[in-house]
Amino acid sequence: MSLELTFEETIARDQRIEPRDWVPDAYRSTMVRMIAQHAHSEIIGMQPEGNWITRAPSLRRKAILLAKVQDEAGHGLYLYSAAETLGADRAELTEKLITGGQKYSSIFNYPTLTFADVGVIGWLVDGAAICNQVPLCRSSYGPYARAMIRICKEESFHQRQGYELLMTMMRGTRGQREMVQEAVNRWWWPSLMMFGPPDADSPHTAQSMAWKVKRHTNDELRQRFVDMTVPQADALGVTLPDPELKWNAARGHHDFGEIDWAEFKQVVSGNGPCNAQRIAHRKAAHDEGAWVREAAAAHARKIDERQGSAA
Amino acid sequence: MRSEWPLYEVFVRGKRGLNHVHVGSLHAADDEMALHHARDLYTRRNEGVSIWVVKAADITASSPDEKDPFFAPSGDKVYRHPTFYDIPDHVPHM
Ligand SMILES: [Fe+2]
Ligand SMILES: [Fe+2]
Repeated sequence: MSLELTFEETIARDQRIEPRDWVPDAYRSTMVRMIAQHAHSEIIGMQPEGNWITRAPSLRRKAILLAKVQDEAGHGLYLYSAAETLGADRAELTEKLITGGQKYSSIFNYPTLTFADVGVIGWLVDGAAICNQVPLCRSSYGPYARAMIRICKEESFHQRQGYELLMTMMRGTRGQREMVQEAVNRWWWPSLMMFGPPDADSPHTAQSMAWKVKRHTNDELRQRFVDMTVPQADALGVTLPDPELKWNAARGHHDFGEIDWAEFKQVVSGNGPCNAQRIAHRKAAHDEGAWVREAAAAHARKIDERQGSAA
Repeated sequence: MRSEWPLYEVFVRGKRGLNHVHVGSLHAADDEMALHHARDLYTRRNEGVSIWVVKAADITASSPDEKDPFFAPSGDKVYRHPTFYDIPDHVPHM
């Protein structure tokens, strides 16, 4: 059987593609692009919340936030490791992130102005990420699907800690409640943008669905997220900042207003409020860590040589 | 610069009585660091009681291209399976 046919039949039977299987070049480059972009998002995603670790209002909140940000680091590393099974090189991926050759989710280019943003990120941003990621647990590329299973298990604490934080603030003072509402106002629309451009404007979707690397379109997942979030907002006592948001009984879904795609394009192309800051921070961390990486490698070499000469 | 730290594959035993299972990979300068990183990366929630790390370069794997001929010797030996043998229904505990 030809290599191409074997590949197509594996996908058709809903089986997983594994690292050393033959795949078309376009499948490989699509997977590397998708996984790298996802990995970069996890890594850059540590920054907006990391901003609040030293200023968390209690030891409990600080421990929780630290654990969450640590998880995001782990998610990035699981994903880099999955990308490497396709022949990508770790150092090159980092290089591409720092030089803008590969993208990360636009959501992390918004600032975290108050501690309520930490709660809203957990609730909405991790919530949207979960919506995106649950179907990816069945992605056709085995190492990616398995990384997603591990990540999804860990994500549920992320969303719950955020929602619990917000419930606590909503039981507090009027000032705290206003802070929550303002954070919701800031993050609602960028969260909807996390699902990517509308289907009509999403060039990769058709091929990605055919290869089963994606299981639903951007608009399907966005709708699912809106429907899941509305009752959560009601329970919390906040208003989602969209006057057109309402239940449509005929569709069995919520209708919602037009997303500002011009803003999305601006942020994706580097002009969001924090793009430059996020990349500069990542680059500084990488540069400042260079001597540690070199020292550890030199130490390992020395031990190797010593053991070699003793034998 | 290609990364100077070699790639390690990580295997975790979830609990006593289970096999070590491959969970992913990581980079480390040496074996000791690979173990520590594996603990921090793959067992943040008590997912394991034992970890193996092995340099990816030290793993020899069967090639997927050779799949059919490589595994062919077991393909035609149906008599290795219990269902190959007809035993009448009235014979108990078989
Ligand atoms: Fe994550
Ligand atoms: Fe998360």
